[in-house]
Amino acid sequence: MRVLAAMSGGVDSAVAAARARDAGHDVTGVHLALARNPQTFRTGARGCCTLEDSRDARRAADVIGIPFYVWDMAEEFHDSVVDDFVNEYAAGRTPNPCLRCNEKIKFAAVLDRAVALGFDAVVTGHHARLGADGLLRRSVDLAKDQSYVLAVLTRAQLDRAIFPLGDSTKERVRAEAAERGLAVADKPDSHDICFIADGDTRGFLESRLGSAPGDIVDGRTGERLGTHNGAYGFTVGQRKGLDLRVPAADGRPRYVLSITPVTNTVTVGPREDLEVDVVTADRPIWHGPAESVTCEVQLRAHGEVVPAAVAVSPDALVATLASPMRGVAAGQAIVAYRPDPEGDIVLGSATITAGSRVSSHA
Amino acid sequence: MTGGRPKLEAMAYLDHAATTPMLPAALDAYVAAARELGNPSSLHAAGRGARRLVEESRERIAAALGARPSEVIFTGGGTEADNLAVKGIFWARRDADQRLRRVVASAVEHHAVLDAVDWLGRHEGADTALQPVDAAGRVDPEAFAELVRAHGAEIAVVSVQWANNEVGTVQPVAELAALAAAAGIPFHTDAVQAVGQVPVDFAASGAAALTLTGHKVGGPVGVGALLLGRDVTCTPLLHGGGQERDVRSGTLDTPGVVAFATAVEAAVAGRDEHVSRVAALRDDLVERVCAAIPDAIYNGDPADRLPGNAHFSFPGCEGDALLLLLDAQGIYCSTGSACSAGVAQPSHVLLAMGADDPRARSSLRFSLGHDSTKADVDALLAALPGAVERARRAGAWKTPR
Repeated sequence: MRVLAAMSGGVDSAVAAARARDAGHDVTGVHLALARNPQTFRTGARGCCTLEDSRDARRAADVIGIPFYVWDMAEEFHDSVVDDFVNEYAAGRTPNPCLRCNEKIKFAAVLDRAVALGFDAVVTGHHARLGADGLLRRSVDLAKDQSYVLAVLTRAQLDRAIFPLGDSTKERVRAEAAERGLAVADKPDSHDICFIADGDTRGFLESRLGSAPGDIVDGRTGERLGTHNGAYGFTVGQRKGLDLRVPAADGRPRYVLSITPVTNTVTVGPREDLEVDVVTADRPIWHGPAESVTCEVQLRAHGEVVPAAVAVSPDALVATLASPMRGVAAGQAIVAYRPDPEGDIVLGSATITAGSRVSSHA
Repeated sequence: MTGGRPKLEAMAYLDHAATTPMLPAALDAYVAAARELGNPSSLHAAGRGARRLVEESRERIAAALGARPSEVIFTGGGTEADNLAVKGIFWARRDADQRLRRVVASAVEHHAVLDAVDWLGRHEGADTALQPVDAAGRVDPEAFAELVRAHGAEIAVVSVQWANNEVGTVQPVAELAALAAAAGIPFHTDAVQAVGQVPVDFAASGAAALTLTGHKVGGPVGVGALLLGRDVTCTPLLHGGGQERDVRSGTLDTPGVVAFATAVEAAVAGRDEHVSRVAALRDDLVERVCAAIPDAIYNGDPADRLPGNAHFSFPGCEGDALLLLLDAQGIYCSTGSACSAGVAQPSHVLLAMGADDPRARSSLRFSLGHDSTKADVDALLAALPGAVERARRAGAWKTPR
C-alpha cells in the first residue's frame, strides 16, 4: 500500500513509520505544522511542532529512508481543535483536544488529503491495536494505551488507519528506535496539551476568554462561598485552586460539582456529591453489535473502567454504571470496551452531556 | 524512491533556480585547488600560490562581468553579499549623513534583501519602503523616478533585483540605476539569477553594487561575490582580518573561488548558445503545459523573462501537493521560497503581482539549466496532467468542514 506516516518528531511515530516500511508499504513521512508561530525549541516535555520537532522528524525519515514533507495544518488545527477547546470550556464542558485532533485533523483533514493524493492509509504512532479483524483494541502497554482518544474514529476512518505499535510496550519501542539508529530514541514523552506550551491551561483560557468573575456556591445550601475569575477555569471533580475563604462545616475538602456558564457559577460540595451512576452522552460512534450491551466504560483519559449497561440509539448513549464514579465531566468521552484477552475491544464512544445519581447513597 | 540522494539519470531536474549541477570544469578546478595547500593571506610561497589562484579568479570574474578586479568582493554566497550591500551601504551613508535613513527595495526581492531591509527598519531606525510591481512583477521606472524626486535626499540605498528568482521577470535595471545615480543614490542589484542568463555588465549597468553567487551558474554552493564600485563606501558585516578590501573578513575559500570563477566564465562565455537552447526548451514546455492544462496561468512577463524560467498557477491545486506528486515520479520543481520548517508559504512575489492567496498557493516553478534536455520536458508533461487532476481532488481539503 501507499501509506502516509504522520511524524511528530517523537519516538513513537518514527518507529511506526519504520515498521510500516518494513511491512512492505510504500511510506511517505509528513510532519504536521500545527502551530501558527512555532517556537524554535521544545521545552521539556511540553509543546509540539517546534522547528526542532520538524527537524527530528526529517532526520528520522532520512534514517528510515522515506520521502518527507511538512504539511501546514495550522489553520485547520486552530479552527477544529484550539477554538473548539476554548469554546467547550466557555460552555462549561471539559474537552479532550487529543481526541478532537484525531477526529478532525489526523484522520480527517490529513487522511482526506492523503487519500485524494493517492495514498491508501495513514500510519500513526498511537499505542492501540487495530488488527486484521478491524477491531480497535487497547495497547499491550496499558499505561500508554491511547484507544480512548481513538474511539471517536468511525468505521471509515479506522479502515484507513494503521497503528503499528499496539503490540509493543513503550519500552520496547524506545529500544527498537535505538536499534534502528533513530536519534529520537531517548526523546522525552510529550505530556499536557501541545498548544499550551507553558502548561498553564487556566492562563491560556483567561487570555482567550478574558476575566469573568463569578460566584462559587455550595451545592447543598446554595451559600456563596467565594468568587472565581472565570468558570471556564474549572473542571468537574477539581479540588485544588478553589481558594475558598469559608471552610466547610465538617472540615472536609470540597470539589467542583458542576459549572453553569449561564450564571457563571461554579458549584462545589463534598466528594460523595460527585458520584454519578448514570451517564448520558451524545454523538455516539458505535461499532458494537447491539443497541444494548453490558460492557465496561471509561469516562476520561487514563481513567479507571467500570462495568455498565449501555444503551445506544443513533443520537444518544446512556450508560448505567454498576458502581458510582466521580469526576464525570461533560465534554469528555465515554468509551465502551468489551474485555478480551487479546486486548479490550472498543465498542464505541460518545460525548458526555451529563451524569446523575439515580441510586441512593450507600 | 527514498529519502536519500536520487540517481541523476532517473530524474527530471527542473529546479535550476534553486541550485544548478556543478559544471565538470568547475568541479575539476575545485578538486585541483583543494589539493593545494596555502592560505591566500600567508606570505610564503604556499600562501602566494593560493593568493595567485584567488587573484586570477577575481580577474576572470571581473572580466566576465564588466567590473574591475578591485570591485570583486568574495563572500560566502548571495545572501551574505545582499546583506553586505543593503546593510553596509546603509550604515556607511547614514553615518556620513544622518538624514539618509530611507531604504528602498522592490516588493519582489529575495528574502536575503527583504529581511535585511526589514531588520534595518526594526533595529536601525531605517524608514523602509517597498516599491510595488505590476502584474508581471516589474518595477515601474516612472513611479521610481517619482519616489526619488520626493525622497531622494533621504534615501541611503536602493535595492532592485536584476531578475526575479520565482517568476523570472527581468527588471529595467539600467533605467532604475540611472535614476538613482542622477540623485547620487547607490543602487544595488541582486543578479544571482541573471548572470549567465541575460547580459550582465556591471560598469554599463550603472549599479553601485551587484550580487552574484556560484551555485546558480554551475559553481559550488557557499561562495559568491559582491561587485562593489570603488567609490562606494560600505561598512563591514564581518570583522576580522579585513581580507577583502577591508569590507569582508574571513579566510578566502580558494578552491571555492577558483571553481566559482570557472563557472562564471563558462556561463558568460556560453550564454548566447545557452539562451537560445534553453529558451527553446522552455517555450516548448510552456506551450505543452498550456495545451495540456488549459486553465493554467503562466505567471510573469511572457517575453522579458529569464530563458530557463517557467512559472504557473494551477487553479484549484495546492503547489505543495503537486510537488509531492511530481517528486514521487522523479520530477523535481519548486513552489517558491520555503521557510526553515519546510512549510510552503504563499509566495510574496505572486502576492505583490496582485495574485490572491489561492493563486499564490497554487503555483509551481519549473526552471531549466545547462543540463536540461527535451527528455526532462517530456517527463514533466507525462506526469503533470495526472498530478494536476489529482491535486485538484485534494484541493478541497482546505475548505472548512
